[in-house]
Formats: sequence, C-alpha cells, structure tokens
Amino acid sequence: MTQSKPNAVEMKDMVIRFPGVLANDQVNFTLQQGEIHALLGENGAGKSTLMSALAGLYKPAAGTIKVMGEAVSFNSPKDAIAKGIGMVHQHFMLVPTQTVTENILLGLAEPKFFMNLRAYDQKVLALQEQFGLRVSPTAKIWQLSVGEQQRVEILKLLYRGANILIMDEPTAVLAPQEIEELMQTMRAMTQQGKSIAFISHKLHEVEMVADRITVLRKGKVTAEGYSMKGVTKAELARLMVGRDVVFTVKKKPRQAGKVVLEMYHVQAENDKGVPALRGVSLEIHSGEILGVAGVAGNGQSELAEIITGLRKCKGSIKINGQEVSNQPPIMAIKRGVAHIPEDRGKVGSAPNLSITDNSIMKNYRQAPIGDGWTINFLSAHTHATELKAKYDILAANVNMPARKLSGGNLQKVILAREISTMPSLMVAMQPTRGLDVGAIEAIQHLLLAQREAGAAILLISEELEELLALSDRLAVIFDGRIMGILPNDDQISINQIGLMMTGSKE
Amino acid sequence: MLTFEKRVDDIPRWLPVATSIGSVVIAFILSGIILKLIGGEPLVVGQFFFEATFGSWPVFSDTLVKATPLIMVGLGCAVAFKMKLWNIGAEGQFYAGAFGASLVVLVLLPMFPTMPKVLVISLMIIMGMVGGALWAFVPAYLKAQFNINEIITTLMLNYVAVLWNNFWIFDRWSDAGFQMTPVFPKSAWLPRLADYASDYRAFSGITLHLGVIFALVASFIVWWILERSSWGYEIKLIGDNPQAARYAGINISCNIILALMVSGALAGLAGMSEVSGVVHRLQERISPGYGFSGIIIAWLAKLNPFAVIPVSILFGALILAGREIQPSGLPMMLQGFIMFMVISSDLLLRYRIKWTTTNK
Ligand SMILES: Nc1ncnc2c1ncn2[C@@H]1O[C@H](COP(=O)(O)OP(=O)(O)OP(=O)(O)O)[C@@H](O)[C@H]1O
Ligand SMILES: [Mg+2]
Repeated sequence: MTQSKPNAVEMKDMVIRFPGVLANDQVNFTLQQGEIHALLGENGAGKSTLMSALAGLYKPAAGTIKVMGEAVSFNSPKDAIAKGIGMVHQHFMLVPTQTVTENILLGLAEPKFFMNLRAYDQKVLALQEQFGLRVSPTAKIWQLSVGEQQRVEILKLLYRGANILIMDEPTAVLAPQEIEELMQTMRAMTQQGKSIAFISHKLHEVEMVADRITVLRKGKVTAEGYSMKGVTKAELARLMVGRDVVFTVKKKPRQAGKVVLEMYHVQAENDKGVPALRGVSLEIHSGEILGVAGVAGNGQSELAEIITGLRKCKGSIKINGQEVSNQPPIMAIKRGVAHIPEDRGKVGSAPNLSITDNSIMKNYRQAPIGDGWTINFLSAHTHATELKAKYDILAANVNMPARKLSGGNLQKVILAREISTMPSLMVAMQPTRGLDVGAIEAIQHLLLAQREAGAAILLISEELEELLALSDRLAVIFDGRIMGILPNDDQISINQIGLMMTGSKE
Repeated sequence: MLTFEKRVDDIPRWLPVATSIGSVVIAFILSGIILKLIGGEPLVVGQFFFEATFGSWPVFSDTLVKATPLIMVGLGCAVAFKMKLWNIGAEGQFYAGAFGASLVVLVLLPMFPTMPKVLVISLMIIMGMVGGALWAFVPAYLKAQFNINEIITTLMLNYVAVLWNNFWIFDRWSDAGFQMTPVFPKSAWLPRLADYASDYRAFSGITLHLGVIFALVASFIVWWILERSSWGYEIKLIGDNPQAARYAGINISCNIILALMVSGALAGLAGMSEVSGVVHRLQERISPGYGFSGIIIAWLAKLNPFAVIPVSILFGALILAGREIQPSGLPMMLQGFIMFMVISSDLLLRYRIKWTTTNK
C-alpha cells in the first residue's frame, strides 16, 4: 500500500507488562493521518492497554512512540493531550451537577473562575456545528443520555485541540441510532484531518467505518494495518480468535413449562421521578427466553430493576406464584433470580475487591462458601478458580482486584457468577456487551443451556440480531409500554419490530 | 518547580506501610529540628522521652495503660472507616460509655451492695458498650434514614456527651461539691497488676489493668469480623461500592446502623475501661482526646486491627510524655506533625511528586 499521508502515530515494539501478564508483546501500530483505524482482538488481548499507553496512562517497558514524526514519551494524559492525543473512555469522567460547557472547560487555565460562560457556550456550539455533535451547552450532565454524555467527552477533547482521538469501545453503550450518529461524526472528523483509533467488538461496525485494522491476540499483533477493502466478517473473526466462529446458534425447540414470572400492569418511575413503566404486563415460562427489544431508555433498565427488587413499583409481580413486588433484593436472590445488570462497573462489581470477592457476591450466604456467619475463603477461592477456568476468564490470578480486568473479562466474571447460581429466573441485560465474538458464541450457548435446564430468561438487548437468535418470543417496549409480543418464528418481520420500537402498535 | 501527577499505575504494596512509618519518622525529625531552633537539645529530649515511656517496666506499663483506650477507640474508628462511614464521634461515644458504666456503679450497686465483682464488672462492660452504641445510634439512624452527613452529627454529639456528663457530675452525683462522683467501691475496679504485689514483688506500683486484655481480645475479634465473617465481607462490599452491595442483597441502612453502633460500642468500652481501670470515678476530662487520637490511629494503621496495637502504644507514649516532658507542648506538637504527615502522605499515595525545571 502506498503511503500518501504522513503517519499521525507510529508505535513500535511496544512492550507493556503487568504483574503476571504480558499485555503487549512487541506490538506495532500505525495510525495514518485522516484515517479510522480499528483495533480488534479477543477480550484481554491488550487493546485498551496499548491505547492507554498512547494516551499517557501507562508507561511502556519498551518501545517507541512517534507522534507526527516526533519521538515522544508521556508521563500523564496531560502530556498526551499536549501532543494532540485524547482518549474517550468507556466510563465517562464528567461532573453530573455541572453544565456541558462547564464540564468542557473544567481544568483549563482559561476562563478563570468560569467568568462569562455565555461566550464559551457559543464556542462550544461552533465546535458542535463543525463535527455534528449535538448537545445543549447549558444542559446539566445528569439530564443527558449516555450517548449525549459521550458527545460531551468528545467535545472536551476537541476543545483541547485533540487531533488524534482514541475511542475505547464507544459503541458498546449506544443505541443503534446513536451509533449511526457517532459514525457520521467520526467521518466528519477524519474529513477535517483528524485521525481516529477505534476499538470495537462489533464487526459490522468495523466493516462500516474502518479504513484499516490491526488485530491483537494474546498481546501480539496478528494483522498489522490490513486494509479493510474486501475483508469479510468471517475473516475478521478468524484473525481475532484463531478459529472459525459460527455466527448462528442452533436452538432446540421450546419445552416451555409452568409460568415463572408473571407481571400485571406494573408501573414505575425512573431516577428522575418520571414515569418509566406505564403498565407493563407479561409472563415468562420455564424453559423460555423472552426477548425485550427497544431503543435504550424506554423502560428496559427499570423493568430489570423492579423484578430484582432494586426499584419500587406499582402493580403485581409474581415469581413462581408468589407476589414479590417491592420486596428487598435479597428476596429475589433467595427465590433464584439472577441478574446481569446493565452497568457492570457501577452495579455489577466492586472494583477494588478481588475477583474472588466479586465472584461470591450472590452465594456467600450458602454452603460451601458460607454459613450465614462466616465465609470459608478457601472454598471461595476454589469457587472463583473454577469459574475462571470454566468461563475462560483471563486474569493473572483470582486475587487480582476486579478493576484490573479487561472490560470483557469483567463482564465474564459477572456472567459466570450469575449463571453459576442455576437460577430459576434470569434477568439478563445486554449480557454480551463488550465480549469478543468467540465469547459471545460461548455465552449464547450457556444461555440456551440454562433455558434447556428449565430456567426462564428475560433477555433485554438492543441487538436485534441477538434477540432474534435466542428468543422464543419477542416483546417490543416503547415509552414504558409493551407494544406487542411476537412469537419468534419464520414469520417474524423485522420491519414490524422496527415500527413497534418507534411506537406503533402491533 | 514541584508538580503533582495523578498516579496512573498501581501503588506498590509496601508503599502504604512505608508512608505510615515514614510519617512518624519525619514527624520526629521535624520536631527535633524545631526543638533545636528554639535552643533545645533534641537528642537529650529524645532520650528522656524514651526513658519516660519505654525505659523501665513501670513506665512502660504506664504507656500501655494510655494505649489501652486508644486501641479500643482506634478499632472502633477502623470498623466505621472500613465502610467509609466517617465516625469522628468516638470522643462522645467514649464519654457515653464511661457514663453507662458509671450508672451500674452509682445506681445499681447501691441497691445490691453485695453484688460480686465479676458481675459488677461484666455489667459495667455491657453498659459501657451499650452507652457508646446508643450514642452512635443517633447519627447512624439519621444517616441511614435521611442520609444526613455523619461527620457533622457525630462531631456535634461529642460536645453534647461532655455536657451530659458534666450535668451528672456537677449536679447529681457530685462528691462534696467537687466536679466528680465519689470514688467507686473496689468491686467496680478492674484488677491491676499492682493488686498482686503482695504475692509478686515485681508488680508493686505497676498500674497495668485488665483493660489491656480487653483491648487485645477486641483487636482479635475485630480482625476476625473484618476478615473472616460474612458481615466483614458485607462491610468491605458496602465500603467499596454501595450500589453493588445493594444488588448483592445487602441491606445498606441496617448495616450503616450496625457498623456505627459497633464502632460506638468499642469507644464506649474504652470509656468503661478508663473509669473502671484508671480513674475509679466519673469526673471531668477523663479523656485527653482519646476519641480524636483514635481517628489518626486508625488511619495510620491503615485500618488493620493488629496494626492498631503498636500505633496506639506509640500514641500512648506521646500522651504519657506530655505529662513528663518540659515543654509539655512537645508531644502535642509531635502528634500534630504525625497527623499532618499522615494526611500529606495520603497525597503521596494518590499522586506522584515530580521536580520539573521550568523551561517552556
Ligand atoms: N492495571 C492492570 N494490572 C494488571 N493487569 C492488567 C491491568 N490492566 C490490564 N491488565 C491485564 O492486561 C491484559 C490486557 O488487558 P486489556 O484491558 O488491554 O484488554 P482488552 O484487549 O482491552 O480486552 P477487552 O476487549 O476485554 O476490553 C488483561 O489480561 C488484563 O487482565
Ligand atoms: Mg478493553
């Protein structure tokens, strides 16, 4: 390939070690000016690590980084941004009670004491205009959706003059519509000379926006700077996991049994006190997967939370015939309800506690882990080690704090913990978020195995493909109401689901 | 120019221990320098300090006597801090404990004067702990139910506790108009080593009392709770991520109340041990700020129940030396320096300090 443009970034022979892990082993990575370069690889392959080093968060043990031809060495993210490199993390670092403009200006020398914010609102608006990143400058962060918050993070970097943007799984938290908008923004940015390094596990997105790809596996590069022209999804998958990936799961016919979950006219409010569920009724049988499709923010999170006792509600919820609404979370756990929460970091795990401690969150009260008074840390250790092996969790050891796990591996810890309780009802929200294609395949098989073992599964997802692959029936949620429940058979119409997701009745 | 950089890599495991020890060493050196500047002899004073606190069995016993309530209070703070509950009301809970224990002696004992010593002491322990726990219950309930900041409520209740005690010792139980209750009968005294001097000559004049055993046992129990019990696991989980704890089925409100009450009970036990083992009556100023020292001790010990013991002994020595050394402000200054160093060393754990030349 001829190199028409100069390289924005050249990383050569990068070596990054953590205790017990060689996260990057002689990795090369080149980002050309004005390109979108996708970084792919299995969970724990070292993608985030490599990009964090570029953003000044880690110091490599060996290797060189050149930015616009100039050798650099970063000691902090500040040094990196001074060279025009900025990273959008998966977990945003915004102040919820402040406005968009205030957040963008935070930590800068100008303006002093936030004087004359209006003028800055205008500057922010101009920047938005330029890249198509719409979000009201005077809105407070807590009022914004996840997608809008992400735009604020990007604006923050652009305002600081970033020319090289790193995005670590930016689409994992977005609704399909927002993903579409983000991709347009990304294209607008590269057209104006910015360069983007982009991590994703979603191969169709990569096909859509990436100019070139680099693939990492177990810390090593398996494909360096391949042009995306003519590369198929199957080839990408093979590069990533080193074997062929079957994208379609086979499902045995449904053996639905008795009703496990029964909801009748349930209403609930969201955190802001606005009605989020406006009379939801549904039931799930044992041995059945009920998929819930819908655009994010239409009541899905609240639906999961009322069933698991994390949120108050009106109406009736019965599990195995017993009324459970408004009971504390412990009751749901005792009744065999497992919950894969939407937010693995904020809700699903304790970042500074060990993998072991995180793996016993649901069963520390029962033998063999505990007896209600004491915890047998030897059995806890054994339990965690077993989960690590069975679910292929990549970590130096189970005593490592959860925050050091790669994104996908943390998700696996949560999945392992919840599935291993052998629940009678599983509430799974975006269970495969952040997982690589190989792991997705494995988890989908595990969910189906649960179903065959007689569990009732409520699968809430924004990935229609996944819902269609796994569900027996598909409910569509819009504005806190179930617009209809369709049997997932040959006659199901994606068009109709799309319409229902935007509010038209079945 | 000095610049602070947020640490992005992990702090090495030895660093927190090193900063704790370093804080103490630097505090000593700084005090020495100041002493030198005002014309003193730091080495002489240092030697005197050592001799007055660790130099012989009797003075070391005095140091341990001072360390006893500090261990209990430090443990109390550690339990609360583990859950990120900032209980700075140990001082008040200490007074409440002393009051509870005194109730047994001044109200119950006169009704049943023949009560055996074991029973009196046991009741005093129970009432001391109940007193401290109840004093902590108020801020705990306000925190759990209405999310009212516990820092402010526990702090304010310190003053209330002192005044409450004053009312009783000035007005109700005053001994001939003095600001103290009459001396407790012997059956309410914790046994001291000195009591056995007739059998073992070496014990004569040794003031060490049974409270020190309580303190050591308490350290072990607190360690066991934090590291081995389900509740300890719940405390850790709540301390690290309350949302995850709730998701794991843990009742947060209940645990806030429980943890603060246990914290208060330990401070209350310290109050009991002081009135029953040292002062033998309830009076004004039974604490030279044990409750506040407990906060620094817990922090310096990195919330480790066993580390609380040596740290408390050091602080016990400082308090003791405060009475022996002239100028007596010196140990106070040392305490102040240690606190200052502990707080600034926390900065060191989170930031890396770098010397950069200013050439832009
Ligand atoms: N601070 C750390 N300390 C120890 N090990 C770490 C640390 N950060 C990452 N690791 C380890 O380095 C390896 C690479 O992690 P990294 O986060 O780069 O993976 P990734 O490719 O981004 O994976 P994912 O797709 O799951 O996000 C993993 O094995 C992880 O456990
Ligand atoms: Mg990652």
